[in-house]
Amino acid sequence: MSKFLPLWPDSASTMSGQVDALYIYLLLVAGIMTALIFISVTVLAIKYRRVAGREATQIEGSTILEIGWSIIPFFVMLTFFIWGAVIYFKERTPPADSTEVYVVAKQWMWKIEHMEGQREINELHVPVGQNVKLIMTSQDVIHSFFVPAFRIKQDVLPGRYTTLWFKATVPGRYHLFCAEYCGTMHSGMGGDIVVMEPQDYAQWMAGGATAPLQETGKELFAQLGCATCHRFDVQGRGPNLTAIYNKPVLLEDGRTVIADENYVRESILNPTAKIVSGFKPVMPTFQGIVTDEQLNALVAYVKSLAQPTPGSAGLQNQPAASPDQPQNMQVQ
Amino acid sequence: MSDSPVTAGSVTTMEHEAHNPALLHHFSDAQQQKNAASLGMWLFLVTEIMFFGGMFCAYLVYRVAHFNSFAAASQQLSIGMGAFNTAVLIVSSVTVVLAVKAAEAGKRKLLVGYLVVTVLLGMTFLVVKGFEYREKFERHHVPGPTFKFTDTFDDNGKQIPVNPKEAELFFSLYFAMTGMHALHMIIGCGLFSVLAIFAWKGHYSPGYFTPIENAGLYWHLVDIIWIYLFPLLYLISRHS
Amino acid sequence: MASTAVTANQAPKLNYLNNGHSLKSWLLTTDHKRIAILYLISVTTFFFLGGFFAMLIRLELLTPQGDLMQADTYNKVFTMHGMIMVFFFLIPVVPAVLGNFLVPLMIGAKDLAFPRINLLSWYLYVVGGLLISHVMLTGGVDTGWTFYSPFSTEYTNTKIVEAGLAAFVAGFSSIFTGLNFIVTIHRMRAPGLTWNRLPLFIWANYATSIIMILGTPVVAITIILVAVERLFHLGIFDPRLGGDPLLFQHLFWFYSHPAVYIMILPSMGVISELITCFSRKRVFGYNFIALSSIAIAVIGFLVWAHHMFVAGISLYAAMIFSFLTFFVGVPSAVKVFNWTATLYKGSITYATPMLYAFGFMGLFTIGGLTGLFLATLGIDVHVTDTYFVVAHFHYVMVGGVLMGYLGGMHFWWPKISGRMYPEGWAKLSALLVFVGFNLTFFPQFILGYVGMPRRYWQYPPEFQVLNVLSTAGSSVLAMGYLLPMIYFLWSLKYGPIAEANPWHAAGLEWKTTSPPPTFNFDETPVVTWEAYNYDEIPDKELEAPVVR
Repeated sequence: MSKFLPLWPDSASTMSGQVDALYIYLLLVAGIMTALIFISVTVLAIKYRRVAGREATQIEGSTILEIGWSIIPFFVMLTFFIWGAVIYFKERTPPADSTEVYVVAKQWMWKIEHMEGQREINELHVPVGQNVKLIMTSQDVIHSFFVPAFRIKQDVLPGRYTTLWFKATVPGRYHLFCAEYCGTMHSGMGGDIVVMEPQDYAQWMAGGATAPLQETGKELFAQLGCATCHRFDVQGRGPNLTAIYNKPVLLEDGRTVIADENYVRESILNPTAKIVSGFKPVMPTFQGIVTDEQLNALVAYVKSLAQPTPGSAGLQNQPAASPDQPQNMQVQ
Repeated sequence: MSDSPVTAGSVTTMEHEAHNPALLHHFSDAQQQKNAASLGMWLFLVTEIMFFGGMFCAYLVYRVAHFNSFAAASQQLSIGMGAFNTAVLIVSSVTVVLAVKAAEAGKRKLLVGYLVVTVLLGMTFLVVKGFEYREKFERHHVPGPTFKFTDTFDDNGKQIPVNPKEAELFFSLYFAMTGMHALHMIIGCGLFSVLAIFAWKGHYSPGYFTPIENAGLYWHLVDIIWIYLFPLLYLISRHS
Repeated sequence: MASTAVTANQAPKLNYLNNGHSLKSWLLTTDHKRIAILYLISVTTFFFLGGFFAMLIRLELLTPQGDLMQADTYNKVFTMHGMIMVFFFLIPVVPAVLGNFLVPLMIGAKDLAFPRINLLSWYLYVVGGLLISHVMLTGGVDTGWTFYSPFSTEYTNTKIVEAGLAAFVAGFSSIFTGLNFIVTIHRMRAPGLTWNRLPLFIWANYATSIIMILGTPVVAITIILVAVERLFHLGIFDPRLGGDPLLFQHLFWFYSHPAVYIMILPSMGVISELITCFSRKRVFGYNFIALSSIAIAVIGFLVWAHHMFVAGISLYAAMIFSFLTFFVGVPSAVKVFNWTATLYKGSITYATPMLYAFGFMGLFTIGGLTGLFLATLGIDVHVTDTYFVVAHFHYVMVGGVLMGYLGGMHFWWPKISGRMYPEGWAKLSALLVFVGFNLTFFPQFILGYVGMPRRYWQYPPEFQVLNVLSTAGSSVLAMGYLLPMIYFLWSLKYGPIAEANPWHAAGLEWKTTSPPPTFNFDETPVVTWEAYNYDEIPDKELEAPVVR
């Protein structure tokens, strides 16, 4: 990208080439249409300019022409729609093997947390060639995660998760912008996406990492006393959370929902919203008790239970939180 | 709302007989004026429907999203008072129809009588609504820092899963929707009071009673909105 | 109204302008033409106010650093620019000025159906305008004109409620105008003026009015809900209280997308009038242009969520709204094709209004086609909320609406004022507007695709050259807008006296004197001809000085 007069953005993800191709197609069609209109108007305006002794010839119209210039553009537009929808579908469907990164937006910074426990602010380090899925939420107003070089953007909302994924292809440093107006320093709420070669990334990741995110979540799970009801050995007062992630859950009111990130999040913050069939609405809300970062850790932990790893298997012998500690378990 | 010629203060009753002073200069005849006023009123009612439509839309979205809490909160409303008010409004719609009939027949006193009864019925509605609101205040069902919601059992003693925040949202919508409706009732009462005075002064004749008709249309619409509000707010949990 | 009678016989015929000179005769008038003048003055005031804010934005963006003003100030400036231009200029400009003046004249009526409601509309507009001025002087708002929750409902500490009230009141002004137009067009047409003989400007205003009365109440209630949420902390849109911020966006765009058609449709109507007159031709495909206005009004209500493709709506909702959006492209394209076809075998003069019509066709084509980019899901994800969107809607709103409005103002100025404007200066200003406009906004398409987000007070240095180009263009554009203001005022006193029909145009408004008498026509016209019957207006009349 020219630093003096950039006419085209950097292209650094698997998606950027596809978006560019569609954009060029649209530019071509739009260019042809614009030229058609401009040239017709100019030619007609000159050819039929008023000359003494020549009167205008009255023409009522032509139904065939009208139908033609309604239907043909429509079919051209259909190609825009289909191509655009295909790209959108890819952009919105993260591959299963994605590395997950949690993003918490607030006025006016991006807080990033890797599964390995690495935290960064206004910077996101990712390796080349790896699918990365961002699980994002906002602490306050609506923000939008925008990386022009990847051609991706997703609003980040308070109170729920939205996701975004990409696969970087070219190492380098790229702009991260907030694209949804969020207050005073909206234009300062940016940063960099640092795309690294895998070995550099591994080296970066090795420095200064704390515990992995699901480990933090596991500790919280114990601290908050979740384990007293959500037991892994016998049926507790709450559902067993082993392997529920991304599985359908039958609810008390007969509906079935998929236990995705948003469901897990909602069940922690607003437990009565979707009661699992056969259980009572006895869980208190953790709204205001856990921060968004802690919530991310809990969600990461519940998700990790669905993966048959040795770490989660060991949990079954985990003692429940000490029973004599008041755990705020009554309906308020 | 119609462009009624109510300001023609200098016109005497005598002239009424001679020609139609209510005909405004820019209309070619009385029929055109009446048609215009009537179409204008209908269009205004369309805007009113869209206006309330926004709130109904918000209500439906949240009702689906927070079904249980909405059902529980709905049970705290007084069906008795709601049903009484519904009856009051239906009767008032009848008296409005009778008022229009009276105007058409040129029965001045009867017209004034029906208009007054309508206003009284409207005020009855508002007074009952006031008692309902007071009850909400007393029971801390008014959204805000003092809001409390502890009624989580239905009539059969079965526990309903309720999130107080969602119940608060129900009451927010309850107050927004019934408050906006009450505001329309107040406007309607004022409108009919003014019309009753004009009717008493003899402004309307069998040849000209468009304001009565149009105000009647407005009143019916406000009624119909209540007919939707009542089941949506008061009765939603009663179906099971 | 006749109290201040014209003194002598040598004075021109009594018309709406000299029929009463007192301030009261203006402020309490129910004459649609005088109300149009009142709107003209107030709308122009707000246009220059909004333009002033636009210049501040462009000056701030000359350099990448935020150095002209504070970030908060900048945010308030672009919010005021948006609010004033949308609610107090673009929405009322063509319907309330040209529409008010012309709708009764074009259909052979003495006035609008409800003259007093018409005056009330103007007063509501003024009250809204005073409210927004009050907000501006006492601290401003910093949410952008879109008022997105929860920023507007919880986080900002600026004057949201007052600004919302201003938009609410102005909205009712627009509702009453729409209601008045629909009733007038239905009930007050002259004998013989059937629906398919109506000028296309009337059709366009009819379609606009439908949107006004169906859409505006929804945004009105949305604004009330925001205000109530802010004042009493109800949780209607705030996720922390169980609400959903996306519901706000749905309700907001349900009005605010159709609102862009409120802005553009009347200008399209103007263009149909201009192109037929200056090509001396019946319009090509009358029925299709008329119905395309209605189609735009109807389909326009089904596409609002295309503003929300990255907002967190579901994949399938996004696909449906993208698909529907392409439908609205068809009637817009049909109009442009028909106008182009109208030129064919015409007898074209390059008077200023026609230059504006050409400008409109060019700019609207670009604005419309880039709209298709935004309807295309894969592209929208990248360019939404960037300068690409800013450029797109300025091409439609400024390139489209203003070109149509200025073209119309030049065309009907003789009818409105009874004077001709100076043609040379007018052509110069048309050229300045066209060149300045493209220089201002074309670079913004590029800026958007390379990734500069909108509503940015500071930006990475590599975007500077394009921003400087844009600012340079805006100064040319500003001159282009100032010029007509000056020579229109000049012409009031020094312009040549206009005849009743200086353009030899079809249309009932030209069959009465310039300026028209208070009740428009000495006797109600009876229409026996089709619209745009230019074959029946002899060419020899064209010897008159149309081209100077």
